[in-house]
Amino acid sequence: MNRDRRGKSFYILASLFAAFVLFLYGPIATIVILSFQGPDGGLTFPMHGFSVHWFHALFQQQMVGDFGGSITRSLILAFMVMVANVVISVAGGMAFRRRFAGSTFLFYLVIASLIVPSILVSLGIGLLFSQLGLNPAWWSSAFGAQLTWTIPFGLLIMFAVFNRFNKSWEEAARDLGAGPWRSFTNVILPIILPGVVGIALFGFSLSYDEFPRTMMTAGDSNTLPLEIFAMTANVTTPVIYALGTLTTAFSALVIIVAMTSMAIIRRRRAAKLG
Amino acid sequence: MSSTIKAAAANPTARSGAKPGGTSAGAWLLATPLAIVLGIFLVIPILMLVVVSFLDYNSVQIIWSFVVQNYIDAVSSAATWQTFAVTLKYAVITWAITLFLGFWLSYFLAFEVRGAAWQMGLFLVCSIPFLTSNIIRTISWIPALGRNGIVNSVLLHFHLIHQPLTFLLYSQFAIILAFVHLNTLFMVTPIFNSMMRIDRTLIEAARDNGAGFWQTILNVILPLSKTGIGIGTIFVITLVMGDFVSVSIMGGGQSASVGIMIQNEMSQLQYPAAAANAVILLAIVLIMVFLILRVVDIRKEL
Repeated sequence: MNRDRRGKSFYILASLFAAFVLFLYGPIATIVILSFQGPDGGLTFPMHGFSVHWFHALFQQQMVGDFGGSITRSLILAFMVMVANVVISVAGGMAFRRRFAGSTFLFYLVIASLIVPSILVSLGIGLLFSQLGLNPAWWSSAFGAQLTWTIPFGLLIMFAVFNRFNKSWEEAARDLGAGPWRSFTNVILPIILPGVVGIALFGFSLSYDEFPRTMMTAGDSNTLPLEIFAMTANVTTPVIYALGTLTTAFSALVIIVAMTSMAIIRRRRAAKLG
Repeated sequence: MSSTIKAAAANPTARSGAKPGGTSAGAWLLATPLAIVLGIFLVIPILMLVVVSFLDYNSVQIIWSFVVQNYIDAVSSAATWQTFAVTLKYAVITWAITLFLGFWLSYFLAFEVRGAAWQMGLFLVCSIPFLTSNIIRTISWIPALGRNGIVNSVLLHFHLIHQPLTFLLYSQFAIILAFVHLNTLFMVTPIFNSMMRIDRTLIEAARDNGAGFWQTILNVILPLSKTGIGIGTIFVITLVMGDFVSVSIMGGGQSASVGIMIQNEMSQLQYPAAAANAVILLAIVLIMVFLILRVVDIRKEL
């Protein structure tokens, strides 16, 4: 009887879950299909033939503002944010393993960085740069603005990692005479490596797609999301879907590479320990 | 911690800083890059916003003299009040829907799905879109909701309606839909995290004592998921209150939000006015967060 009751709630909730997954992925699936519209096709179904016309159109200067430049800037910036995010979050995560003067304040600052509405960070940094007479640019002000968004996620991952971290490994390294740096590189880092890959993934992906904190801080040269947002106002052809398909496919590739490397690291470790 | 102290005491020859977790000075050194980045790109900019909100301006530049006129302008304008009210409305409706979805999806993952691999796999299915573009995800609703979109075509085909529904796109409905689409995972993640920590024996104990499905939910699972619900609520409220992208794409240029109002003032170079509205928004968000934190302790989750 207990089993029956469980069964019923399972099927109802499984249907809800399936509907939610459809809701989550259905729209993106439709624009992937529509990006292969024929040259005469529009923004909605039906399909007028099937072609890669709109993908070709992407690379012609007049169709999309500055696609080549903006994607180059976005990739370089995402790489910069990824590296900085890993270094700052791992160091910060190590620091937060013990209390230090100001640690509570710094912790609340990290939380604040996550929940202060992005448009305020954007406007504040924009004002700061303009009042100091500095030109905002994607590699300076937007870089810092994006870090305020990625670092909290990096630190939360580190907190989760160190919660499950067995300190006796580190103690053993120290007892055997390893200095702080050696015990970090030889003991701690290999153990936390999957988490570090996760931090890198978050840093790269969140930066690559970041819009609200970049909006007022990128200066004269757009990143890709700014270019896409500008297109939403004035592009009325499926070229915007082609761009959406390409950039989503790229994000998916980054996620797959990161997850696969995490799985490989874990499997190798299990093999070693087993 | 006591074990680390014991280890350090047992090994007095260890060089300084040999205590796992490092010294206080070492911790400071490690936290320095974090403190510098947040100082320069969060604390100073927010202080800058507050300062600029009290400055005067003309049509071309900011004038460095102290005024409260920006705040008087903001609170004496009916349009400002309406904009804050409609934004708050979006936040509350989105919160209610994402809470419902977040609670039941997390419940399904935590208690109905069997096996850690399935649980994590399905959880990832819910959370992976977070790492893709919000703008693209918002645009992707256009083919479904437009006048000639999928929803209208299907409804017309089955004669459920006789002319296309126009409220589907470029409307408050579309705005809320996009908010739910983008932000539900911010509810699912913390609630799922809370639920996974619930001791399964408590649920068995409730069942053994004769509690039915709903009684178990109300008296055991809901109270123990409170922290996750609180964190999810903070995320959803702050994301919706500050939103700019979803409202401008899904509202079709007619809809207002605080984010759009601030953006408009910025594009007209009325920076002190934008800063005043930004400070008001920040104050409202902080009050809401403060109220939520009175109910839940987020440090418990870390």
